[in-house]
Amino acid sequence: MSIEHRDDTGARFGMWLFLYTEVILFSGLFILYAVALSKFPQDYAVASHKLNVWFGGANTLVLLTSSLTIALAVSAIQMGRKKQCLTLCWVTIGLAIVFLINKFFEWSAEISHGIYPGSEQLAAMGPGVTSFFNLYYFTAGLHGLHVLIGASLIAVVAVMTAQDKVTPERYTLLENSALYWHLFDLVWIFLFPLYYLIL
Amino acid sequence: MKQTTLTGFWQESPRSGVLGWLLSTDHKRIGIMYLGCIITMFLVAVCLGLAIRLELIAPGPTIMGPQTYNATFTVHGVIMIFLFIIPSIPAAFGNLLLPIQIGARDVSFPRLNLLSWYFYISGALLAVIAIFSGGGAPDTGWTFYVPFSTQTTTNVNLAAFAAFMLGFSSILTGINFVTTIHRLRAQGMHWGRLPLFVWTLYATAWIQVLATPMLGITLVLVMLERIFGAGLFDAARGGDPILFQHLFWIYSHPAVYIMILPGMGVISEIIPTFSRKPLFGYWAMALSSLAIAFAGSLVWAHHMYASGMSDMAILIFSFLTFIVAIPSAIKIFNWISTLYKGSIQLAPPMLHALAFIFNFAIGGLGGLALGAAAADVHLHDTTFVVGHFHYTMFGGTGFAFFAALHYWLPKFTGRMYNHKIAMIAWALLFAGFNVTYMSMQAVGIQGMPRRYYDYIPDFQPLNMVATVGSWILAVGLILMFANLWRGCRSGRPVGQNPWGAATLEWQVPSPPPLENFGAEDPVVTKGPYEYQGVVADEY
Repeated sequence: MSIEHRDDTGARFGMWLFLYTEVILFSGLFILYAVALSKFPQDYAVASHKLNVWFGGANTLVLLTSSLTIALAVSAIQMGRKKQCLTLCWVTIGLAIVFLINKFFEWSAEISHGIYPGSEQLAAMGPGVTSFFNLYYFTAGLHGLHVLIGASLIAVVAVMTAQDKVTPERYTLLENSALYWHLFDLVWIFLFPLYYLIL
Repeated sequence: MKQTTLTGFWQESPRSGVLGWLLSTDHKRIGIMYLGCIITMFLVAVCLGLAIRLELIAPGPTIMGPQTYNATFTVHGVIMIFLFIIPSIPAAFGNLLLPIQIGARDVSFPRLNLLSWYFYISGALLAVIAIFSGGGAPDTGWTFYVPFSTQTTTNVNLAAFAAFMLGFSSILTGINFVTTIHRLRAQGMHWGRLPLFVWTLYATAWIQVLATPMLGITLVLVMLERIFGAGLFDAARGGDPILFQHLFWIYSHPAVYIMILPGMGVISEIIPTFSRKPLFGYWAMALSSLAIAFAGSLVWAHHMYASGMSDMAILIFSFLTFIVAIPSAIKIFNWISTLYKGSIQLAPPMLHALAFIFNFAIGGLGGLALGAAAADVHLHDTTFVVGHFHYTMFGGTGFAFFAALHYWLPKFTGRMYNHKIAMIAWALLFAGFNVTYMSMQAVGIQGMPRRYYDYIPDFQPLNMVATVGSWILAVGLILMFANLWRGCRSGRPVGQNPWGAATLEWQVPSPPPLENFGAEDPVVTKGPYEYQGVVADEY
């Protein structure tokens, strides 16, 4: 391209549109949850109590902290503190890994109790409980997948920051990755009470 | 293409050879790549459609067995919907024209644009692989309805994943177009000067962004259900099969407006140009596109009157369906008012545009018959529905696509096709189309169910007429594409404005150069349909 095309506002605008599509993607699962909850309120309460609120609570704290660190990373690059920005990016990725490890142990415990999609033991607990755990696995699984994508994105941007491709004058990429990260923090903020707390 | 002397963006590229295309971020090259793939997929699906019609020429087995028949109409539908109609005008002509029409050098995210083409081509390849691998070609119909889609042994997983990829491609294009229209309009190109084609692309892009993710999650759930046996749509395991239909149509009904709106935009460009008159009711046209996009998002359950819903819900969805007819009728009346007392030239693009108005009016009124709950109970799942859908999608969008090909190909190749052959091809297409699908609608009212392999002898006469009509249609298509192909390669060269149109793309050379405009960005000083002083170039 012979002429430099650059439009930071446009890039942010596009990112917000993309985040909106992600919200719609998850909204399909939230609709399923709402319909099933109105159909099996008691079964949902029974199933919800089988989840370990400490695992979920710990992960909520981890994700909230990671949102703070990535927001600080954006502020750091704006103020030209590259080293601090990099540290904060790596801390965010570290917290993402903690989240996923925590999730691994949580799911392992549940799977060892025979609770997973398609299992006979789960089917024996009746349609309401089955539906709760199916939705739980798919919603949290899709969320986990996005955490993985978000962390990889931040890793790529951190490397680019180290190579001075993301600079105090040109940091939209980092800002957009941070927006993406905040969204999946936000999705978790809805998932956690719906599956662990309110029932 | 290389041996002919195509100039402009055909030659100018940072890379030479085939990589100059596959790695190009130029919106025109991406548009041409989309156009090539889309026409190829269209012709494949046309062959499948002709095979379906041939099978239905007489009761009983004719040329294929029942399982092959199920697979044929499924693959015909999947290819036509996801690989042809949805991307046809927005991805091909949208990419070619949107930046030029608003005075920009490219879209906002050129690399994302190329990525969306790769998603498209991967989806197309997966769809083709799905036909020939696994447990055989999918046989669910393009709607993938549960419970059949979660139980059939055919290759539904791969086909659903292909549709998921194509949806992603559609979302990225939508994001790109909305951002481009907001951010990259040239100086003086305010919202009241946007060509109507851009307005319809804008409305379409919003639907793509807002509705497509719903299809994504629905198809993912079908795949998960097949792979893990989860049962989110299985009533025995706490799921709900009707919910699948809701989620599916929350996307797929707005998707029919993704298919038709850009076609309406094309017609709104062509009618004023060949009537030598400004478009009647600019703002009514612009806002009715947004109104269709908005109201069209609220009517999905009119596909489900026979699936089990409360009468109140049926009443509400029926009412909302009628609401969509208002902005659609505004468009039809405004086109006709534009024609009134115009200096009409019956050039090939105009003929296709007029055919669009005729066909779409029939399709639209049929839609009202289906939207009325009482009539729908009788017509549901008959070939009337199939006929109605083809009247809007083929008679509407298909003819708009042909109109766009005849209108804009000379712009992008710099060469003109033979007008006389184009008119003969148009006449064959128009006649063949109406014979085929009017018969289908008629036999549907008599009670012939859709998707059936066999039928009672009473339905044979009209089925035979429809099949003969499909042959006329096929001859018209061959003639049209052959004529366009020959025109692109060896037609007479044209200047920058062969039709005497007033939008920006006609003020740059044919074919346009890389980055569309010279060193200076264009400054827009008049509206898109002000024809004073605009003269058509001789060719």
